[in-house]
Amino acid sequence: MIWAITGIIAWLAGWRLNVWLANQPKTRATRLAVPIIFGVTLIVLWECVVRGFEISPVLLPAPTMIAARFAVSTGILWEDFVQTVIKGALSGYVMGCGAAFLTAIAVDRFPFLQRGLLPVGNFVAALPIIGMAPILVMWFGFDWQSKAAVVVVMVFFPMLVNTVQGLQATDHMQRDLMRTYAASYAQSLIKLRLPAAMPFIFNGLKIATTLALIGAIVAEFFGSPIKGMGFRISTSVGQLALDLVWAEIVVAAVVGSAFYGGVALLEKAVTFWHPSQRG
Amino acid sequence: MKAVWYRIGPILTVVIAIFVLWYAGSVALNAPWAYDKAKRAGVELSTSELIADTMNQKKPKLPPPHQVGAEIWKTTGDMVVRGRAFSKRSLLYHSWITLSSTLLGFVLGTGLGIALAVGIVYNRTMDMSIMPWVIASQTIPILAIAPMIIVVLNAVGISGLLPKAVISMYLSFFPVVVGMVKGLRSPDHMQLDQMKTWNASGNQEFWKLRLPSSMPYLFTSLKIAMAASLVGAIVGELPTGAVAGLGARLLGGSYYGQTIQIWSALLVAAALAAALVGLIGLVQNVVLKRMGMVR
Repeated sequence: MIWAITGIIAWLAGWRLNVWLANQPKTRATRLAVPIIFGVTLIVLWECVVRGFEISPVLLPAPTMIAARFAVSTGILWEDFVQTVIKGALSGYVMGCGAAFLTAIAVDRFPFLQRGLLPVGNFVAALPIIGMAPILVMWFGFDWQSKAAVVVVMVFFPMLVNTVQGLQATDHMQRDLMRTYAASYAQSLIKLRLPAAMPFIFNGLKIATTLALIGAIVAEFFGSPIKGMGFRISTSVGQLALDLVWAEIVVAAVVGSAFYGGVALLEKAVTFWHPSQRG
Repeated sequence: MKAVWYRIGPILTVVIAIFVLWYAGSVALNAPWAYDKAKRAGVELSTSELIADTMNQKKPKLPPPHQVGAEIWKTTGDMVVRGRAFSKRSLLYHSWITLSSTLLGFVLGTGLGIALAVGIVYNRTMDMSIMPWVIASQTIPILAIAPMIIVVLNAVGISGLLPKAVISMYLSFFPVVVGMVKGLRSPDHMQLDQMKTWNASGNQEFWKLRLPSSMPYLFTSLKIAMAASLVGAIVGELPTGAVAGLGARLLGGSYYGQTIQIWSALLVAAALAAALVGLIGLVQNVVLKRMGMVR
């Protein structure tokens, strides 16, 4: 009972504070504080609900329990992180995005291929590519190579479509100007068209970050060595060790946000001239 | 004629190229097994014999298109002809299972997405506190948590369609929120001022200006949401232990090395995705035309 009341009070107080903060003039501090307060309130509410209603930890562990579990099993979590994120997701991400980028530049020279590949690429990007996972696990074995392959297949088409679109982003005037300078194909590519394509390329890179993590983790459901985040999640669910599952989820969430945030920061540095970055 | 070729020609070329590559790949990947078999039988394989063998293996590494096509026909059209369209071996049955949870998740996700978007547009506090979390929620690989959601909801006594639909919902609400927030904010100052000069109430402003002008954004997001919802439904079927649905066919196929079964499930899933997204595109065309937004 006491927990339920605490929860309600915490929720009301947090929301009240946020309403007040939101009505203050928008500054950097309020823009950061409001979502953080909201998140903290949610976690407090979660803790109170679990304790107040005495929800069994095999259904929903309390945040404090997850934190305790996280603290004692950093070894396992680190091992899984290296296996899934570094070996599987990151290597696949680099290979897939790199290959898509090079393909896009090659395709760009032939308008015929462009007109053919764009619709097909868009179509493939909407397909449930994740279904390729069992096939690729069969081809490349259980270790990280197959996870990287799944990631490559998943990130390739979104990246390809975005880069091809980006390379078309220059207008006639700009290309004509390059021609009046007697710029070669390579010069106009490097000095004009690639920089102009950067916002699109980064859009593709950002979409690919989440896809890469999802691909690497889900591919582990179809077979993996005895480490890795996907493996740990599926086996721990079987053992009803839900606190460990949640600890893995925390890792995945932090890694996912950091990965996305890193690419977004890079984007800010590279495309500082674009209107969407100046505002 | 020339105009048609200009549009269709390149696409056709790419599709044909994909098929050629597919056949070449299946010859290359299946050849080792064919050689192996020939060596054990003590015969030499000529090139034509080798190719013929790679086209017709029982468990090929990469089944050629015609084998997959035959399997799809055997498990769909042929089943219908024999009047067993919904037997457990029919892909139609499995597609229906997946389709139903996809649609339920899609409807739930779209509803949640629109409700959140309206809240975010009309409430400053919600905008500042929830919007960042909506974006952050998508960096969490939800598909990874799918098995836990299924098992936990099963433990509380919710089973069948709903747990899978919850995963689909989580994946599909995000594009709708983002698209609808953009759409509901798309009327410019001029239009909003016009509503004010007409003394329109908040309700009228929403129904007669904001909602109609958000439609193009809504349909674009719905297409993405539908594709995401299907992925969610397929992955949601994995942890239930290969019972029913296209995801279960994928998992079952990977347990027993039935590559043809995996590929046929995959192609049917792709066709399903294409049909669903195409359907939304069709509705979009009709609705936007009636609203006078496209010519």
